[in-house]
Amino acid sequence: MRVLIVEDDAVLRDGLRVGLGIGGFNTDAVETCEEADAVLKNHEFDALVLDLMLPDGSGLDVLKSMRERRDTTPVLLLTARDRVADRIVGLDAGADDYLGKPFDLDEVAARLRALLRRAAGRPGARLEWSGLSLDPAKQKVEQDGKPVHLSRREYAVLHALMAHPGQILSRSRIEEKLYGWQEEVESNAIEVHIHHLRAKLGSDAIQTVRGIGYRLGGEM
Amino acid sequence: MPSISKRLFIILAVTTSLVWLSAVVWIYLSTRAEVERVLDARLMEAGRMVSSLIVSQEILVDSTPSSTTGLPLRAHSTYDRQLSCQIWSLQGALIGRSDGAPDERLSEHADGFSETVIGGETWRVYAVTNEELGVRVLVGDSMWIRDRLVNDVIRGLLLPALLILPILGGLIWLSVRRGLEPLRKIAGDLETRHASDLSPIDGAATATEIAPVLHSLNGLFARVAGLRERERNFTAFAAHELRTPLAGLKTQAQVALASDDAAIRKQALSQIVIGVDRTSRLVRQLLDMSSLEAFDQVERKGSVRAGPVLRALAEELADLVREVTVEISPALDMLTVEIEPELFTLAARNLLENAVNHSPQGGVVRCRAAETGGIVIEDDGPGIPQEELPRITERFFRGRHKAAVGSGLGLAIVELALGRSGWQLQLFNRETGGLSAVIGVHA
Repeated sequence: MRVLIVEDDAVLRDGLRVGLGIGGFNTDAVETCEEADAVLKNHEFDALVLDLMLPDGSGLDVLKSMRERRDTTPVLLLTARDRVADRIVGLDAGADDYLGKPFDLDEVAARLRALLRRAAGRPGARLEWSGLSLDPAKQKVEQDGKPVHLSRREYAVLHALMAHPGQILSRSRIEEKLYGWQEEVESNAIEVHIHHLRAKLGSDAIQTVRGIGYRLGGEM
Repeated sequence: MPSISKRLFIILAVTTSLVWLSAVVWIYLSTRAEVERVLDARLMEAGRMVSSLIVSQEILVDSTPSSTTGLPLRAHSTYDRQLSCQIWSLQGALIGRSDGAPDERLSEHADGFSETVIGGETWRVYAVTNEELGVRVLVGDSMWIRDRLVNDVIRGLLLPALLILPILGGLIWLSVRRGLEPLRKIAGDLETRHASDLSPIDGAATATEIAPVLHSLNGLFARVAGLRERERNFTAFAAHELRTPLAGLKTQAQVALASDDAAIRKQALSQIVIGVDRTSRLVRQLLDMSSLEAFDQVERKGSVRAGPVLRALAEELADLVREVTVEISPALDMLTVEIEPELFTLAARNLLENAVNHSPQGGVVRCRAAETGGIVIEDDGPGIPQEELPRITERFFRGRHKAAVGSGLGLAIVELALGRSGWQLQLFNRETGGLSAVIGVHA
């Protein structure tokens, strides 16, 4: 799950980037409104963690221009000003959730998972598909009740596929969700992860759709 | 506590009583003099009348001492037996006397007024000698009657006074209370208002005597309210500004706790160290700022040798890790600047700190004397984007080229500190890159 962090405080930005990475998110971070606008226009994110007071303007402006572009990416606002009036302004500007500083890293992760779940219209926290069960909070995968041990990248690929059940995801889309834009991606990296996943989950767990991408095999 | 109304009441009551008392004494004395004059005249007239009646034989006087003749003097209802009359022969025998007149001789005087004490009673006597008939007429009245007359007049005055004085006292008390009503109203206002209520007292209807007091009181309220407002704003600002670095520290600490990877933990811990440095600098700057604000508009004078102060700061601030050095022009050692030393140190520290923090690896920060008599501090950093220059000294404004430890307070403190000594700060982007900060009386 790819998350963009917009925060100007270097220590906090780094903490969120690394901390949410440990929590199973693929994170990118920027520090100004200008950078945030540019990145949001060119990349797809599953969620946005947005600070309100930025050096070149207010995070609310980033939020408003996103919503004007009909960008429905869930947004979690982080701010030092968390009076009720401030929250109302933020939520009315199109934010999906609000957290006052200082916050708990685990709570940020939990709220992001809830936002993603709500955006996907799923009722439960777990992702289920044909005997497979993925728990985003614990980052655990089970097949027919038995735990399956996956690497970080393998888990991320499976998570991306299970978040869009029945849909075909292109290789580049899966790459987007796995890697930040600065990261070098080897051309066959996704094939390698898919290969490992098939070895652990069974060869028909993931289907290859020639020339388009991948999707989960089997039925609900 | 002395009460103004009590004081006023006592002063008014005592002076009123004194005026009354002196009036009574005056009336007593003048009444007494008048009574004496009138009664003496009456005595004289009565004496002459009796004498003339004897002459005209209307009063028969025999020389027999045993018989006495009652004089037909009308008795007054209250002051009965006012006058007593004796007629003596020149030989010394009592020829006749009025009712109630004593047997003893009223006076040894041959003629005119005299006073005699008879049976413990003082008599005022007028004597007329009738040589032709060989008699002496003595007419007298008891002094006791005169005293009683005067006393009756005074009593007539005092009785109503005793009745009126309490009423007067009450009226004085009411007037004093009424007169002090504006004062009491203000005291009541002040007493009932909440400790945090610093709104001005409404003085539109008050007396002119209290208006100056109200005016200065309202002025004091306004000053205190202003100070508190600044304090409140500042506290709120500070609290907000501390939340972000605290959030950073907490997040990094949680990262260190959650990760099994030694490299990630080490990175998180070093971020915590940076965060703590930054936060403690922010706290120090907040304290500097609040102490500057406390001086509220007071200009401070003084002078200081610039070189030694800058050298001490340079030693403290030079970044050994990034090999940023501070050069101080020798001319500055001789330069004495007209600015309060503490304020100069505060301003110079923040400017040097900014310059060092924005300098690249191995950069040099240069301090030199300005042509205008001030001081220039230059660095090789990225400078400040031209459009941010006007806002750069605003509190908590952090430009795009901010350093990792910047709080957005440094330049605001510089400007505030210089302003307290009548100095100014001007910032220029150097043509060769970097920022040039000029401070001086007219930078």
